[in-house]
Amino acid sequence: MSALPPYASTGQRIWFYTFRYVICAFILFFLIAPIITIIPLSFSSQDFFTFTPEMLALDPAGYSLKHYEDFFTSSDWQKALKNSFLIAPAATLIATSLGTLAAIGLSQSHVPYRRTIMAILISPMIVPLIISAAGMFFFYSRIGLQGEYLGIILAHAALGTPFVIITVTATLVGFDRSLTRAAASMGADPVTTFFKVQMPLIIPGVVSGALFAFITSFDEVVVVLFMGSARQKTLPWQMFTGLREQISPTILAVATIMVAISIVLLTVLELLRRRSERLRGLTPS
Amino acid sequence: MKFTAGLAGVFALSTVAMVATAAEELPACEDCADELTIVSWGGAYSNSQLQAYHNPYSEITGVEIVNDESSAEAVAKLRAMNEANNVTWDVVDVVAADAMRLCDEGLAMEINADEQLAAAPDGTPASEDFGDLLVSDCFIPQIVYSTTMGYRTDVEAWNGAVPTDICAVFDTATFPGKRSLEKRPINNVEWALLCDGVAKEDVYDVLSTDEGVTQALAKLDTIRDDVIWWSAGAETPQLLADSEALMGSTYNGRLFSVIVEQEQPVAMLWDAQVFDLDGWIIPTGLDEARTNRALHYIKFATDTQRLADQSKYISYGPARASSAPLVGKHAELGIDMAPHMPTDPKNAMNTFLYNYEWWADNRDDLDAKFQTWLAQ
Amino acid sequence: MTASTTLDSVDSESHDQAAGQGPLTKDGIPLKRSLARALRREKLRALLLIAPLLAFVLVSFIFPIGDMLYRSVENSIVEKTIPGTVRALNDWDSESGELPSERVFAALADDMMLAQEIKIHTRLGSRINYDQPGISSVFRKSGRQIKKLEREAAMNAFIGLNADWNTPEAWATLTASEQWPAQFRYTAISLDNWKAWLASEEGDDADPAALVPHGFTYATLYHDLSNMSASDLSALATSSDAPVAALFAGVPDALASFPSDDFKGQFAAIEKGWTEIDNWQAIKRLSPPIIDSYFLAAVDSERTDVGVEKKPENERLYLGLFLRTIFLSMVITTSCILLGYPIAYLLATLSVRSSNLILILVLLPFWTSLLVRTSAWKVLLQQQGVINDLLVWVGFISEAGRLVMINNMTGTIIAMTHILLPFMILPLYSVMKTISPTYMRAAKSMGASDTLAFWRIYFPNTVAGIGAGSILVFILSIGYYITPELVGGTKGVFISNRIAYHISSSLNWGLAAALGSILLVLVLALYWTYDRIVGIDNVKLG
Repeated sequence: MSALPPYASTGQRIWFYTFRYVICAFILFFLIAPIITIIPLSFSSQDFFTFTPEMLALDPAGYSLKHYEDFFTSSDWQKALKNSFLIAPAATLIATSLGTLAAIGLSQSHVPYRRTIMAILISPMIVPLIISAAGMFFFYSRIGLQGEYLGIILAHAALGTPFVIITVTATLVGFDRSLTRAAASMGADPVTTFFKVQMPLIIPGVVSGALFAFITSFDEVVVVLFMGSARQKTLPWQMFTGLREQISPTILAVATIMVAISIVLLTVLELLRRRSERLRGLTPS
Repeated sequence: MKFTAGLAGVFALSTVAMVATAAEELPACEDCADELTIVSWGGAYSNSQLQAYHNPYSEITGVEIVNDESSAEAVAKLRAMNEANNVTWDVVDVVAADAMRLCDEGLAMEINADEQLAAAPDGTPASEDFGDLLVSDCFIPQIVYSTTMGYRTDVEAWNGAVPTDICAVFDTATFPGKRSLEKRPINNVEWALLCDGVAKEDVYDVLSTDEGVTQALAKLDTIRDDVIWWSAGAETPQLLADSEALMGSTYNGRLFSVIVEQEQPVAMLWDAQVFDLDGWIIPTGLDEARTNRALHYIKFATDTQRLADQSKYISYGPARASSAPLVGKHAELGIDMAPHMPTDPKNAMNTFLYNYEWWADNRDDLDAKFQTWLAQ
Repeated sequence: MTASTTLDSVDSESHDQAAGQGPLTKDGIPLKRSLARALRREKLRALLLIAPLLAFVLVSFIFPIGDMLYRSVENSIVEKTIPGTVRALNDWDSESGELPSERVFAALADDMMLAQEIKIHTRLGSRINYDQPGISSVFRKSGRQIKKLEREAAMNAFIGLNADWNTPEAWATLTASEQWPAQFRYTAISLDNWKAWLASEEGDDADPAALVPHGFTYATLYHDLSNMSASDLSALATSSDAPVAALFAGVPDALASFPSDDFKGQFAAIEKGWTEIDNWQAIKRLSPPIIDSYFLAAVDSERTDVGVEKKPENERLYLGLFLRTIFLSMVITTSCILLGYPIAYLLATLSVRSSNLILILVLLPFWTSLLVRTSAWKVLLQQQGVINDLLVWVGFISEAGRLVMINNMTGTIIAMTHILLPFMILPLYSVMKTISPTYMRAAKSMGASDTLAFWRIYFPNTVAGIGAGSILVFILSIGYYITPELVGGTKGVFISNRIAYHISSSLNWGLAAALGSILLVLVLALYWTYDRIVGIDNVKLG
């Protein structure tokens, strides 16, 4: 169905184009509408989230870069940025490495209490966030990890692991175990087998799991608000207090920058993927 | 009602001409920690503290000040820290009601105003200078703020009518359109009763009965469809700027910022403004060096000059009587700040004082009823 | 899978063969044993791989949650703060219609003296206030007055009888006697209270062994003695332990003429709340260390003196909120299916190149903070917002008829559907990717119409994906709190919002934990059902 077959009837044609260019276009627009909205607002010369008459008239006086300036010059925002890029990768690293190992363990054919273990490992995803946040807050306070980087990193790592487990397990379901046996029969030790045979095959699962874990931490505000202190304030924390205390389009400027970075990142990833496909001699599908 | 007397004191003294004496040389702090974590609200308010207190203090003492913006969750966090025996905050900015609660629970230390705070420049002891604003043994008030109404001045549908008293909120015939009110019973039920014919002094007696609560909610029910409920102080300014709400309650400093700094077509309705206090507490459970540092900071930050300095950046009234005459001009705009203070006699013609004790007893109960009403 | 089939066949074979006579491996070990060992080793290896994460999740997540949920029944605060009072209240019949005896008030005075010194009495007041509005000020106000209570009457009477009662030695004798502490249970509590009070008031330097306790303890001693049987009392006075006998000589006869400290009257004078029976009933009701009152409150009920009852109608909040949370989550899940299905289908049927570009669009919102997206929806949906402006401009609606799309359920549904949509699209997409296009072609070649082929062939193949996406979206949405808070107004908030309120604002952590436990049970039940029917392994993200 990637394209309309040449023998399609008029009805099929109409449906095909309606589906693709009306229904799907509408839903995709729904997905990115908020993002489109924030970009112009981030250039507003006002301190409110409002499309002013000047902005609508495309009057240059309605626009300014002051919110970007604010972001780059404010030490609070810079600190939050730094913290976010410290906490999220650290949490991702823990979640991904432990999660991948566990997923491999879980995919073995004989795992006692598999269901129970799986339920426990998935639980950070299913327990409502507010309950997790409160529970970890009380518990981590007691062991002195409240208001420490380590506390937040551990909490975020715990929240991110289910995503890694799910994605990696999913790639392992289709994994042909005769491959590891073949490697072993040719004398490879388990570690070599893992890195040379298993890893390359499950890497897409690991990467997307890591991505989810990263986002979970990077966009997480409830746990940070409970567990963090001023030193650990992250971008979402800064945004949250911003929304509460002083609405300022600076947070929109931050969001716009994030969107720009992610578009670049995702595009680069896609280009790299195409390149590797070409190098591997695959025809682009 | 002692509170009124205290405020009256503030006005009375403000008429007495006083000359600002240069701040005394700050005595060195002995056996003190060299770092200080201060918790406040964030936004423009924190900024005013940064300018008036933190920066000068760091400059003189070289102490590194870490700012935390968790005042909204302060009571919960302090309680958990205390439970865990791991208090990481040194000085916390809270509203009076929270300070009383913290003091009651033994989470804030008692501070003797005369021994541990600076006297006024003319030698008046701190306890007299703050007067009745020292509502709790643990609480050093910093500012007087009020929750009050703002309204748009460009509403055509009002046909030139201008809200002059609080009951305009309930008058949807003359003033059609959305109003924003805080999503909690405090202030709203009092205003509802005031506008339903209850005398100011009877409000809490009436509210203490089931019928009184029903009466207040019934009054609010008349505007239910016209209300946008807010939970963060920044919401009403945004709603007013958008014309999404045409009048709404918020803290007076927020409205000042919308009207004067952002130049929006919005005006203040000071009638029946509800006074409240905001100030410092020091948590219990700090070691001696940190306690000393916290006390040293508080002594500096609550002296007459410093409190007056803060009002250059935000339109909240300083809590010391002796600071009132020193209130000057806005740091950037250069306008006189005194007329924008909630305590200015012209603004404070009709004020309402909310009863801390009564709310401490009835908050949970009334909140359940209020929320049930909201959910209907 | 391969390994397990081999094993099964070995197992069945081994039944036919006598033990020990099974086939041998090359090393000469019976095959069965060798296989069992291999299996053990494999199990061990699997567990070793899982162990680090399991340990990590248990410690960093499961314990904290358990700790939190325990608060929903934990209630030791009453017993810890006023231990003597709680015990004395055991003898009080709460339905008698009379106030507790002087003994209870004496115990209360004694407990409160310590509680106000270490500032825990108002904490207890707030706790009981959750169930008995108005009592917190009773505790707060009494706390300030406790030090002023007259408490010397019993003490002076003891000393008047025998001056030795004014010496620390008298108390050393008493606590060393064989009747201590069994017959002096309240006095023992009081003495502990006093020691703790002393340590707090005077610091660690004060030596309780060198001092006599304060009047409250003497008053308690008086009540303990008054409640003893005549024979126990005379046993004290005639004790073979000479110092004890000396101390209590004359006490049994004089006891009846001891003046009362009248704590009952004194408390009544401090705060009239102490003369209200329902306050005392509440204290007695709340004295057990494990309690169901939070759970009752979480389902809009309360325990009164006649049993469990529904709360008055104007306070029933939580059941409705639970229902609304479930209902809204279902609506959100449904709209995610409706919007997610076409996109997943498009992704699965386009070429990889094009689909990856669209995937970027799907993932883009992920990279934008949830807070920012929610604020953006406000800008779009409000009455003076972009969408309404557009509709007015186009002429679909009049200026006066601007739609209300935010601060109500609609706002919550739109914003949350947007936020959770990727969680629906990704699992659906990963399922649809595996459906070969030849199925559809085969169906059509046999004469099925497009619609028929879709509903009979394609759709059934995607049900697992819908299930996976739905469970994910439903579970995530049921616990949401920030988005409903920002765009939900009053009608679009969830139970989580109340949990958050009780955690950070009202500090009623027990109720928050009870509400959280109920929510968690709901989610777990759902998870369990899903795991039974579909299997959690089938959830795939991308």
